[in-house]
Amino acid sequence: MSPKKFSVLDHVLVPKHERIPISEVPKVLKEINATINQLPLIRTSDPVARELGAQPGELIKIEREDEYTGKTIVYRLVVIG
Amino acid sequence: MDSVIEKVVMEKGSKVLPESILKELIEKLKKRNVTEEEAKKIVELVIEVYQNSLVEPGEPIGTVTAQSIGEPGTQMTLRTFHYAGVRELNVTLGLPRLIEIVDARKVPSTPMMEVFLDEEHRYDREKAKEVARRIEFTKVENVANLVEADLYTGSIVVELDPEMLADKGLTVKDVYNALKKLNFGEVEITDEYRLEIRLKEAGDLTYISKKRERVLNAKLKGITGIKRAIIQSRKGADGREEFVIITDGSNLPQVLKVPGVDQSRTRTNSIYETEEVLGIEAARKVIINEIMNVLREQGLDVDMRHVLLVADIMTQTGRVRQIGRHGVSGEKTSFLSKAAFEMTTKHLFEASTQGKTDDLKGVTENVIVGQIIPVGTGMIELYVNVEGNSPATNENKRGE
Repeated sequence: MSPKKFSVLDHVLVPKHERIPISEVPKVLKEINATINQLPLIRTSDPVARELGAQPGELIKIEREDEYTGKTIVYRLVVIG
Repeated sequence: MDSVIEKVVMEKGSKVLPESILKELIEKLKKRNVTEEEAKKIVELVIEVYQNSLVEPGEPIGTVTAQSIGEPGTQMTLRTFHYAGVRELNVTLGLPRLIEIVDARKVPSTPMMEVFLDEEHRYDREKAKEVARRIEFTKVENVANLVEADLYTGSIVVELDPEMLADKGLTVKDVYNALKKLNFGEVEITDEYRLEIRLKEAGDLTYISKKRERVLNAKLKGITGIKRAIIQSRKGADGREEFVIITDGSNLPQVLKVPGVDQSRTRTNSIYETEEVLGIEAARKVIINEIMNVLREQGLDVDMRHVLLVADIMTQTGRVRQIGRHGVSGEKTSFLSKAAFEMTTKHLFEASTQGKTDDLKGVTENVIVGQIIPVGTGMIELYVNVEGNSPATNENKRGE
């Protein structure tokens, strides 16, 4: 009945997610001046991570649209779980 | 002129200021008719004020947050219900709801969904009703006038209410099929709105009343967990009036599969379901929305940044965890800190039998042993090279 398959990425509650390959991780960490274990996590079982096919060790760049601050960029580290 | 202002603001501020301030700045400067020189100066001033108002390193933002939410919390009414548009449907709000959210309970005490409809069903009440019927969980009990167990013949008689049937969009045939599925025995339509189930085996009173109970609860249509579906009309984003279904009960994964539902906007107040279906970032957003909603409804003016911090901490590990013994506090590394929070003896016994050591990195531990707490200027440590005269080159090890 539904014409196209629903993707969780289209939901209004889900901000824009983007995969960052492992090779670019050090560069990003340097840019935001943080170590890898200071980052919040996202699990591979997370619906959005599954949709993107994210692998452990990668980062996911999240663009939050907030009424308060406008656009904010956050990174989450992909872990097994 | 306008483009010049935009250029000046973006050039100076885009690296430092958040997007919302940049936008506001451009908007306000355009109205003021300022020269390029003036604009530059204003942007510089804004940056200065912004940087001065940032949180300083070492500021105990967690404590500030706890107090900023906790103090207004004392003024909240203990038991409040808010009518969600319709009299019959009320939602827990106030302190109980707040506790529920930070405790990360799996099922809220009043689960609720806001089901938006797709282009086709959005603007027509009849079509909206059609979708509502697909969602609302309907049992035989809801459409029957009478369900009677006949001990003598060993059968169960179901008398349907034609009005209720029409209201739910069902036919006698639907009920017939549902009863047949139960597999209790022969089902027969004896009259226009009368069905009879002849049980396979005879039994005593308790046996038959048990079967009767099962017949009453037999599912006809709808989604498990959705007790009611109420249609509301409201102004959409495009200014056009649209119909929205508010439900009592929540089942996000199933409702999203129903044809006619706008999957990208439908939401629930159950944080757990959101996390399962839409992921951790969506769960974070629901936590923020729900807490802000509770606070706003009570007329409490709590800065959103405190709520953001709570939501960030709760979703930090990629799963929603509660603020409390089984979540944030329970996962602290320091046993002294855990002992100070709850179940003192248990944590101390455990630590002593395992021969644990405490690094004394946190605030609580240092209060216990009577040292300067690592907050504000207390966070700074000095490393001095005793041997040589050169200043220490070692990097500060704290915060690894």
